[in-house]
Amino acid sequence: MAPRKSASTSSRKTAKKDFNGDIIADFSKEDDLKAYREMLLIRRFEEKAGQLYGMGFIGGFCHLYIGQEAVVVGMQMALKDGDQVITGYRDHGHMLACGMSARGVMAELTGRRGGLSKGKGGSMHMFSKEKNFYGGHGIVGAQVSLGTGLAFANRYRGNDNVSLAYFGDGAANQGQVYESFNMAALWKLPVVYIIENNRYAMGTAVSRASAQTDFSERGASFGIPGYQVDGMDVRAVKAAGDEAVEHCRSGKGPIILEMLTYRYRGHSMSDPAKYRSKDEVQKMRSEHDPIEQVRARLLDKGWASEDDLKRIDKDVRDIVADSADFAQSDPEPDVSELYTDILL
Amino acid sequence: MPVEILMPALSPTMEEGTLSKWLKNEGDAVKSGDVIAEIETDKATMEVEAVDEGVIGKILIPAGSEAVKVNTPIAVLLQDGESADAMAAPKAAEKQPEAATPKVEEAEKPTQQGSASAPVPAAPKGEVAADPDIPAGTEMVATTVREALRDAMAEEMRRDGDVFVMGEEVAEYQGAYKITQGLLQEFGARRVIDTPITEHGFAGVGVGAAMTGLKPIVEFMTFNFAMQAVDQIVNSAAKTLYMSGGQMGAPIVFRGPSGAAARVAAQHSQCYAAWYSHIPGLKVVMPYTAADAKGLLKAAIRDPNPVIFLENEILYGQSFDVPKLDDFVLPIGKARIHREGSDATLVSFGIGMTYAVKAAAELEKEGIDVEVIDLRTIRPMDLPTVIESVKRTGRLVTVEEGFPQSSVGDFIANSVQREAFDYLDAPVITVAGKDVPMPYAANLEKLALPNVGEVVQAVKAVCYK
Repeated sequence: MAPRKSASTSSRKTAKKDFNGDIIADFSKEDDLKAYREMLLIRRFEEKAGQLYGMGFIGGFCHLYIGQEAVVVGMQMALKDGDQVITGYRDHGHMLACGMSARGVMAELTGRRGGLSKGKGGSMHMFSKEKNFYGGHGIVGAQVSLGTGLAFANRYRGNDNVSLAYFGDGAANQGQVYESFNMAALWKLPVVYIIENNRYAMGTAVSRASAQTDFSERGASFGIPGYQVDGMDVRAVKAAGDEAVEHCRSGKGPIILEMLTYRYRGHSMSDPAKYRSKDEVQKMRSEHDPIEQVRARLLDKGWASEDDLKRIDKDVRDIVADSADFAQSDPEPDVSELYTDILL
Repeated sequence: MPVEILMPALSPTMEEGTLSKWLKNEGDAVKSGDVIAEIETDKATMEVEAVDEGVIGKILIPAGSEAVKVNTPIAVLLQDGESADAMAAPKAAEKQPEAATPKVEEAEKPTQQGSASAPVPAAPKGEVAADPDIPAGTEMVATTVREALRDAMAEEMRRDGDVFVMGEEVAEYQGAYKITQGLLQEFGARRVIDTPITEHGFAGVGVGAAMTGLKPIVEFMTFNFAMQAVDQIVNSAAKTLYMSGGQMGAPIVFRGPSGAAARVAAQHSQCYAAWYSHIPGLKVVMPYTAADAKGLLKAAIRDPNPVIFLENEILYGQSFDVPKLDDFVLPIGKARIHREGSDATLVSFGIGMTYAVKAAAELEKEGIDVEVIDLRTIRPMDLPTVIESVKRTGRLVTVEEGFPQSSVGDFIANSVQREAFDYLDAPVITVAGKDVPMPYAANLEKLALPNVGEVVQAVKAVCYK
C-alpha cells in the first residue's frame, strides 16, 4: 500500500471539513531547497548515529527516524516562533528540525557533557527551552497528555501559540491519548495531534494491533477533525500543517493529522525487522523516498544543478561529521553532575 | 583514503558476534543503505548496511567467522577513484577508521560504553532554614485543617496569577471534601478547573503546563486514584529536570487525601508516603496540624519542584491553632519537635501523629518522658533532627499507618543505625499498619491500623519497661 496522496482524496467521516482543499503546498524554490537540506541533515545525522552506535559510542536504545523526515520538516515549516513541539523517543529528527544543534544532539547520544542534557538524558530524553522543544519522552503516549498541557498553558496565558504533539501508531492505542483528546476538545485547546503512522509499533503491524486502522478517525467520538496526509511528501505535510495550525490558532480546538509514513530501519538498533518483507522496504525507498522526491523536483524544475545538490550534500556531511567528532571527543560529564539537577 | 568497515554493535549488550554471511564480494560497488553482510548478535541475525559509498576493496573477515569482536575491521571500502593499491598502506586506515577518529588522548579516551569507575561523589546535604519566628502577641486562630488548606491555596492564588487548581469536582461542587470551597467564586473558572474523571490524563496536562512555567495545583480526589497517574508523576514530573540537564522542570503540587478514612476498605485506604518518598526529584509533604498544613502548602505551591502533598480525610475536620499572619510559610524539609522528652524518641507524621501524641500522654502518666517528632516532610527528610534526638534518648520508635515493608519507619531505622548506632540502647521498633489489604469489617479495620496501645507497648519495649 502506498500512502494515500492527500487529505482530500480519502473520504472523511469525521467532523466538519474545514480544510480548503489546497492540498499540496505550492513550494517555491527556496521552500524545496530548505526542505531538501533539512531532510538530508536528518538522514545523514541518523546514518551517522547508527554508525556510532555500531562502534559502541552510543549505548542503550537508539531509534532512528530515517524515512520519516518529511513529517517533521514539513510541520516545522508551518510553525511560527513560540509554537511548541513534543514527541516520543524517536526524536532526533524533531530536535534537528527545531533548530537544536547537531553537536548538542549527537553529544547527548554519546553521553557527553556537551550534550543537550549534559549527557544525563540520552537519545530518548532531550529538551530545549530555547527552541520550545519539550522532549523527547521514553514512555509511549506520555507526550500526548504533556503536549495537551502545553496547549492548556497557551490557552491559560491567552497567547496564540500552538503545540504539536507527535506520537506513533503504537502510542495511539494508549488510554491517556483519549483522556487527552477529551480534555482538548472540551476546552478547545490549541494542539495538533500528529500521528506518525509508520505502520509498525515496534514489530506489530497496525492491522494486528488496531481495531480502527484509520488513525485520523480516532478523534471522532470527541468531534476532533482528522485528516490523513501523505507523510512522504513534504509539500503535503506542509499544506496540512498550515491548515491544522491555523485551525488551532483561530480557536477551533484540537485537530488530528495522521501522517502516512514509513521507517526504513528497524524499531531500534537491535531490531532485525523480520516482520516485514525486504520488497516492502525497497518499494518505499525507491518509489516514495521523501528526499528523492524533492531532489528530483529540484533538478526537474531547474532549481538546482547536480553540483548545487552536491554542495548541499557536502555542507550537510560536514555538519554531521563535525557533530560526530565533537560527540566522540567531548569529555563525559563531570562526576559531580551525578547529584545535580534533581531539585531546584 | 580507504574506509574500514567495522564489526558493528547491534544491541545494547553485544560485545562480539558471528559474521555469518557476506552479501557483497570484493570488487562490488555499494551505496549507502545497501545490505553488505549478515551478522548474528546475542539477540538476532542482523543485516549490516553500508554507510558510505564505494567499492569493496578487501574482505578482512571471512564469512562464518565466530566471536568477531565489536569494532574489528571486517572489510575495506575504496572510495571514488581509489584503486586497490591504496590498501597497500592500510596502516593509515587502521588507526583512523573514518567514523572512529576519537580525537582524544588515549589516556583520557572514554571507553565507548561507560568509562572509568570514578568514586561515587557524596550526595549533597541540603541546609533547610528553621521555622520562621512567630512574633509575640500574634493572634492564634482555631482553624480546621480543611480551612487551612483552602486558605493556603487562596492566598497563593491571590499572590501569583500563574497558580491554578484543577481536579475532579474542585470547582462547581466546591471539592469532594470541600477543600476548594469558595475558590471558584473568588478566582473564576479559568483558574479553578473541573476535570473529567481522567487522572492519568489531567496529571499529564498539569505537568505539561508546569513545564512551561505555570504552577498547577492538581487535586486528586484521593491519592488512591493517583495510581492511574503515577507514570506522569514519576516519569514526567519528577525526572524532567534531571533528564533535561536542568533546563526545565515541573513546579507542580499534587495534593489530596492519602491513607485510610473510615470503612472505605482496600482500594480506598492506602498511605502513599513511602511510595513517593522512594523517588528522587519529588518532595513529599505530609502535615499533621492545621498550621503546618497551611504553611507547608504555601511553601509547596511556591516550590519550583514537583511536590506530593499528602493530606488525610480524618484530619480535615480537626482544629488547631494557626497564627494569624499575612504570609505564614514554613520550610519544606524540616521536622518539628512536637513535644520534648528525654526517655525515648517517637517519630511520626500525618495522622500517625494522633497515635504518637496520645501514647506520649499515657506514657507520661507512667513516668516515661517521650520526645515526639513530627517529620512533616518525608522527602527530603530531616534526619538530623531525628538523629540528634536519638543521641539524647538512646531509643527510637516510629509510627505510621502505611504498610510495614519498606516503610518510612524502615528508612528511618536504617539511617539511625548507620549514623547513631553507638547511641542506641535498644533496637528500633517501627509501628505500622498491618501487612494486609484494608478490610471492610469495622473490627478488622481497627486491627489493621496501628493503635495507641501498640505505640505505648513499643516505647515501653525500647525502654525495657
